[in-house]
Formats: sequence, structure tokens, C-alpha cells
Amino acid sequence: MPNKSIYLDHNATTPLHPEVKKTIINSLDDFGNPSSLHQFGRHARHLVEQARAKVASFIGAEPDEVFFVGSGSEANNTVLSLIPCDQTNCSCMHGHRRQTVTTTIEHPCVLESSKCLGKRGGSVTFAKVDPTGKVDIEHYKSLLNENTGLASVMMANNEIGTIEDIKTLCSLAHEKGALFHTDAVQAVGKIPVNVKELDVDFLTLSGHKIYGPKGIGALYVRKGVPFCPLIHGGHQERGRRAGTENTLGIVGLGKAIDMRTVEMTTEENRLLKLKKILKDGIEKNIPDIRFNGHPTDCLPGTLNVSFRGAEGEALLLYLDLEGIAVSTGSACASGSLDPSHVLLATGIPVEEAHGAIRFSLGRDNTEEDIQYVITKMTEVAKRVRNMSTAYRGGKS
Amino acid sequence: MTEFQEWAYTPKVKEHFMNPKNVLIGDEKFDADGRGIVGNIKCGDQMLMMIKVDRAKNIITDCRWKTYGCASAIASTSILSEMVKGMSLEQAYKLSPKDITKELDGLPEHKIHCSVLGDKALRAAINDYYAKTGQKDKIEKEAAKVVCQCMNVSDTEIEHAVLEGARTYLELQEHTKLGTVCGQCEPEARKLLEKYIQKHFG
Repeated sequence: MPNKSIYLDHNATTPLHPEVKKTIINSLDDFGNPSSLHQFGRHARHLVEQARAKVASFIGAEPDEVFFVGSGSEANNTVLSLIPCDQTNCSCMHGHRRQTVTTTIEHPCVLESSKCLGKRGGSVTFAKVDPTGKVDIEHYKSLLNENTGLASVMMANNEIGTIEDIKTLCSLAHEKGALFHTDAVQAVGKIPVNVKELDVDFLTLSGHKIYGPKGIGALYVRKGVPFCPLIHGGHQERGRRAGTENTLGIVGLGKAIDMRTVEMTTEENRLLKLKKILKDGIEKNIPDIRFNGHPTDCLPGTLNVSFRGAEGEALLLYLDLEGIAVSTGSACASGSLDPSHVLLATGIPVEEAHGAIRFSLGRDNTEEDIQYVITKMTEVAKRVRNMSTAYRGGKS
Repeated sequence: MTEFQEWAYTPKVKEHFMNPKNVLIGDEKFDADGRGIVGNIKCGDQMLMMIKVDRAKNIITDCRWKTYGCASAIASTSILSEMVKGMSLEQAYKLSPKDITKELDGLPEHKIHCSVLGDKALRAAINDYYAKTGQKDKIEKEAAKVVCQCMNVSDTEIEHAVLEGARTYLELQEHTKLGTVCGQCEPEARKLLEKYIQKHFG
């Protein structure tokens, strides 16, 4: 292992906040089943409801509008599977609207589950985005019609950090009588989010992106909105999600939200400054680069850069040897040669999508770390380009 | 129990990734007798191979390369450049992706294509040498047709697999890894499988 270890992959996952860790450790013996009526059960129930109230208040919801799920992916799958509904005698009267509208830059769990709808008698269309990753409002509008049951747009993109105008997108869907869902896994805890202000019907959030534990997420479902569970079989979570509650995960998520309430504003301002240092440093020291995403409407800690003539995985692994953990825009390492669907959707050339690196900063990163990263990134880019067939010092 | 992976790939891959051998750096002068470039940046990898040949002995004396690609591509080209030095042109011509991955102590299945480019680039360089030295008759036309684009499997490889015992589509996949990524080639591969079984064992 290298001497340094600098973690710049917070959009993938985050370490536990020390306070979250303490809280979870203190709860390890709270084994009761929240559904049990005895003291053990009542104690566990109390912990779960406390956490629910925290999550709800953090996003401006009522506690009974929030329920816990196993992951952001589960929450997204739950919502996406609502439309189309095959029940003919369902009271929700939403089943005749069989079309879903989403975007080309969603997380795979939304893209894949919406494609699956096609096999179940529904249809799905994908709104385009502009070069900065913002949804093309006119195109999005043109896809909405009286058959649209649901529109789903992510609040902030995991790869390029672009923040979407959810309020506008949501009201356009509502105008057509469609429900609106936002995958806010990358947004909640990083930027202010209020479900009432946005007027969304569903919202997904996750614990491990905000220094909470993995395996816990939450779904907001607006009161009175038609809903069918994805996992059947129990009365837990008011019949909305069967399965004994993950008490430790829920307690951890509650504490993570507590800490975000305290730290978010100052911390995200700090990250924004660090990101600027990183961005300026890269711009000053490395030629032939491109910053991807939106220049201002972007998650404070996310920076996506393409290094022309260099391949992303090689950059990532050389940085890894220097103790720096980042992520590629390209999915080469995961078995596909296709570059990032998000970057391609923004219309950047394939070659530049192959050479993209995502830095996602977090609370442990210091200015000293960032200076080290700038130095090493400069060396590594030079090194990879030096042996590349595709780079000739600015002439490529 | 699975062991903690010290690095993403084998130590051999790491070694060649960290210290790649025979890279053509920047403006280095290298009078190559043969030069071959294969692959495409759009697809994510491209390789350039340059060789020096001792004409009297018919052996490769030195080589340089450049690669645009991932860690496996860099390591594959690096190890190949070490393997071919001192090798006769005939021997080098016959090197296969398998020989490269074997030297690297293996590559994950989805990275096999990285080693495929290496031997293609080498053959292109040798062909270039043959063409320049009036030995065009030695250039073997690559008659094989690629069936599976993802794993770069040709019809000759399918025939080979059949000769090695593959009789079902699944067995063919085990032998060649064909159709394990996008699966588009399945109908054509099934037809060829039948054809070669008929040809050799029918």
C-alpha cells in the first residue's frame, strides 16, 4: 500500500461519520423487533420512529410519508414498478397511464428498471440532456402526455454532479396529470432539499452517500399518492415494505442525517472551495482537458474531467498506486468497453468520455490532500499520455 | 475464503503497468523496419508496434510501442515487447493472445480483448516489414472473419473449438468466451458451430 491514502470517491460511497459509528456501536444490543409489543420491541420501535422523524424533518416531509428500504436502488425500483399497474380493480385509478418518462442520464437502477417496464406492457421514453447535463426541457415536455403515469428525474447526477431543475420538471409532469419521482441519492445531505417546496410525489435517498451505513435508504411517498409495495408479506412500514426493519441501519441513517443538519452548509462550502483549488490546479498544470457537467449548478464536491489522449482506467490505477482513489467515467473496469452513458448523453466525443475521471470530495479531504492530488494528477496524466498513441502534445 | 486482492490484476500485470518496458517515449528516434497500428480510440484502445529486424538472421532485435488503453492493454503490450526480442519472425507471427495472457499470469475474462490487440499490432508490424522488404508472399491474409465483436472471436477460432471438443453452444462459449458480452452473435455462432461439427464429425 502507498503511504498516502486520499479518498476522492465520495459519490460511490462514504466512510461512516465518527458520530454515526458511535451511535451504531451503542445500539448493537438493541436487538428487539420493532413489531413486538414487549419492552424490547417497544424500545426498537422508538429508535426507528426517532430516526424516521429526523429523516422526514430533514426533507420537509411528515414522518408517515417516509419509509425505510434496503437501498436507493430498492426505492427507485419500487417507484418505477408502480407504472404500469396490471390490476384491473385497483382503487388508485392510475393504471391506465402506462407510460413512464425519464432521462438518458439516470442511474442504471432507474434505466434498467424502466426498460423492464417495456416487457410488462408499459412504455418508457428518455428525455435528452444538454451538453452540461441539464434536462432538455422542451424535449422532456414533448414526451409528457395524457398516457404518462410517472416522470422520474434524478436531482443530482452521480457522475458529473449536474443539479436538475426538479421544481420545473415536476410541475410540467403534474400539468399532464402524471406523478413525479426524483432520485435524490446524490443530493440529499449535500444541497438543501424540501419535498413540499419541490412538490414531488416520490423521493429516494440513501444512507451510505452521506456518511451513514450501507444497506439503508428511504423513500418519501407523498400522502394520498397511489402506492403498491415492491416487497409483499408483512405489515412493516405501514404495509409499504415487508421485512423486519434494519434497526441498526435506520439508527445510523438517523444519526447521519443529524450530522448533516449540523454540518452540511459549512462543509459543502468548504468542499466548493477545495473543488475550486483542484479545478484551478488541473487547469493550470495540465493541457488538453475538458471539465464535464454544469459550471455552477453542480454538486459542491463533484468534479469530472476528461484528459484527452489518456484512457480513464489507466489514469485511475496510476493514481491508485499513488494512494489516490477516484473513479472513471468509463465503465471499462466493470466489463464493458462502453464509456459512461452519462457523458455520451451530454454529447461529448467518445474519445473524451474514455478519458474521464471523477473526483468526488468529502469531509475528510484537506487542502493539503488536494495539492498532493494536483501534483500527482499532473504526473500521471503526463505519464499516460507519453505512452499513448492518441496524444501528441496538444496536436491530437 | 477469498483472499484480499492486493491489486486489481495479477502481480505480473502490476509490474508491467508500473514499469512498462520498451515504450516509445515522446520524440524518441527509433528507426523501425516494420510498423503496425491497430485498434481505435473510439473503442477505447489502440496500439502501435515498431520492430527492428536482423535481416540475415530473420529475428526481431528490438521493438518500441505506444498504447492508448487501460492497465491490461499497457501490461499486455509491455510483456509482448519483452517476449518478441530475439524471436524469429515466424515464431513472432504465430504468437497468440493466449501466449500473452499466460505470460501475465492471466487476465480477467473481460480484459482478454486487451491482449488481442497486442498480437494483432505485432503481426501488422511484421507484415509491414515483409511488404517493405519485398517478401509480400509471406504475408498471411487474415482470412478469418470476426463473429463475436465483443470478445473478438473469429470463425477459425470456432472451428478450433469444435476440433477441441465443443459440441454445444455452451461448450463453445466455455472454449472461446464468444457471446458472453452482448450476445448478438449467438445465431451466427450457432450456425457455424453446426457447420463445423458437420464438416469434421458429421
